[in-house]
Amino acid sequence: MGLLFLLAALDGLAYAAQVFLVAVGLTLVFGVLKILNVAHGSLFAIGAYLASTLVGLVGVPWLSLLALAMAALAVGVVLGPVIERGLLARIYEKEHVLQLLVTFALLMILEDVQKLVWGVQPLFEDAPVRLLGQVEVGGIVYTVYQLLLLPGVALLVLVVLAWFLRRTLLGRTIVAVTHDREAAEAIGIDSRRVYLLTFTIGAALAAMGGALAAPTTSLVPGIGVQTIVLSFAVVATAGLGRIEGAAATALLIGLGRSFAVYFTPELEVVVPYLLMVAVLLVRPAGLFGSTELRRV
Amino acid sequence: MRRLLPVAAAVGLLLLLAGLQPWLRFVLTIALSTGLAVLGIAMLLRAGQVSFGHALYVAAGAYAVAFARPHTGEGLLLLLLAGLVATGLGLLVGLFVTRYRDIFFGMLNLAFSMVGWSLLEKLYGLTRGTDGIRVARPTLLGFALEGAAWEWALFSAALAAALLAGALVASYLRSPAGEALGAIKTRETRLEFAGISARRVLLQAYVVSATLAGLGGAIGALATLHVTPLLAYWTHSGELVFVAILGGTGNVLGPFLGAVVFELVRVHAAAAFPDAWQMILGLVLLAIVLAAARGLVGLLDDLAVRLGWRG
Repeated sequence: MGLLFLLAALDGLAYAAQVFLVAVGLTLVFGVLKILNVAHGSLFAIGAYLASTLVGLVGVPWLSLLALAMAALAVGVVLGPVIERGLLARIYEKEHVLQLLVTFALLMILEDVQKLVWGVQPLFEDAPVRLLGQVEVGGIVYTVYQLLLLPGVALLVLVVLAWFLRRTLLGRTIVAVTHDREAAEAIGIDSRRVYLLTFTIGAALAAMGGALAAPTTSLVPGIGVQTIVLSFAVVATAGLGRIEGAAATALLIGLGRSFAVYFTPELEVVVPYLLMVAVLLVRPAGLFGSTELRRV
Repeated sequence: MRRLLPVAAAVGLLLLLAGLQPWLRFVLTIALSTGLAVLGIAMLLRAGQVSFGHALYVAAGAYAVAFARPHTGEGLLLLLLAGLVATGLGLLVGLFVTRYRDIFFGMLNLAFSMVGWSLLEKLYGLTRGTDGIRVARPTLLGFALEGAAWEWALFSAALAAALLAGALVASYLRSPAGEALGAIKTRETRLEFAGISARRVLLQAYVVSATLAGLGGAIGALATLHVTPLLAYWTHSGELVFVAILGGTGNVLGPFLGAVVFELVRVHAAAAFPDAWQMILGLVLLAIVLAAARGLVGLLDDLAVRLGWRG
């Protein structure tokens, strides 16, 4: 029983780390652009598929971790600006329902792009996990990749992002635009550049979540949608636009899900949403949400 | 009377098509069932809200038929049951989601439908998972029908349901409650100032839209005689939203016009491009939305004006 408990906790931690990376990108983009990118999960999926392909291509195990990072960067730097400049820039002033329809249409398109490029057969490439080997914790043999690398990267992203937004000029510029776009522009901030930068960071974070998740699971069509739904549940539970909140909620939902896997397997898929509904019933704006203007 | 003319023309055209080609009877029955679900989506779009999860109610109606079929042989009773089940589920979920607007409304609906889809897939003992459930052909009004007679009967039932639902929704939209629904989109605060609960107005529309989707799902289940979890999958919800935008939301004919065109194109196109079908839908959806077009109904309207039929 104790072992099972520990195993569930470790699984939950690894899973939470992975979910956090996607959710934080989603919440950051919303906080600044005020658009919820329904296709955010597709960037996760494309990052995951590209990472698998690159790891297979380089072939050398000790380069596989670098391949994961390259995949995340490539998706962020290529798809991020294309989507933001090509599509989102046209709809910032439009009504919400239209913005939702546009990013939903993007989701439909990207899901098929992924199927056309990588096919529908499951893809599995775990070289990075094997590279790092295993370690024994409290009587359980666990992979170093899931025990240290995933939570480590998630923690690093959280700290760097918080430092970047609060302590650097560029980060404070982003926060200024979030507070009041017109006032920020009046003092000479180029809000178009801020939007572009933020969306690119968000896309890269989604792709990084995918790239890091890829070695631990087999990739199948549909993971993109499952990811956007779950990460929306996380950011909604936390309060849209809350970065630290997303981390805490990812942990809550990640642990909730993994304990369900071991103790009530039939409820596995339902638990994250039960948690979300329970929180939203009591706090409609989310655990860390409030009506104040500040969102990042 | 002028309003009834397009409806009469549409019914005439459908009957003609169904009579010309036997395989079209099946496709048009499916199209009418889709149209019913889309009519509900179009109602919510009036309020400026888009649901990415209404396939949940289509699946609820379809599975209600599949589960109840072993216990009753009468088709109309099955339709009634399916409508009740979808209404109940719509009320339950609606009480929660109508607290929210815009992003939350759309995404919470998506989340609920994906939970529904997962459950239909995972609870194998109850739903037989991805294999789905076969539905034995029921009787209609006590008549055990076969072949063409059955197809005509079901097509007529679907047409009757579509006409009834269209008429009811049209008169609802002209009523004060319907006007209040549109006001949620334009200015919700003023609605509240006028002493009308926006949430209650939206909840009414939401429950009606769930009923319509459930009815559509039930008719679809009777036409295909097979239900699978894919009915609740997000791609199906996406198709419903697509058809709503394609048909145009300005008029209750739009959803049905959109659904007929959609199903006729799909018969050929989805087989030709199985892995690019969603992409094509996405591209067309983008084009319509970004061009701020009013869908097929808008096109017909412009045509009528140009021909001098309407001022």
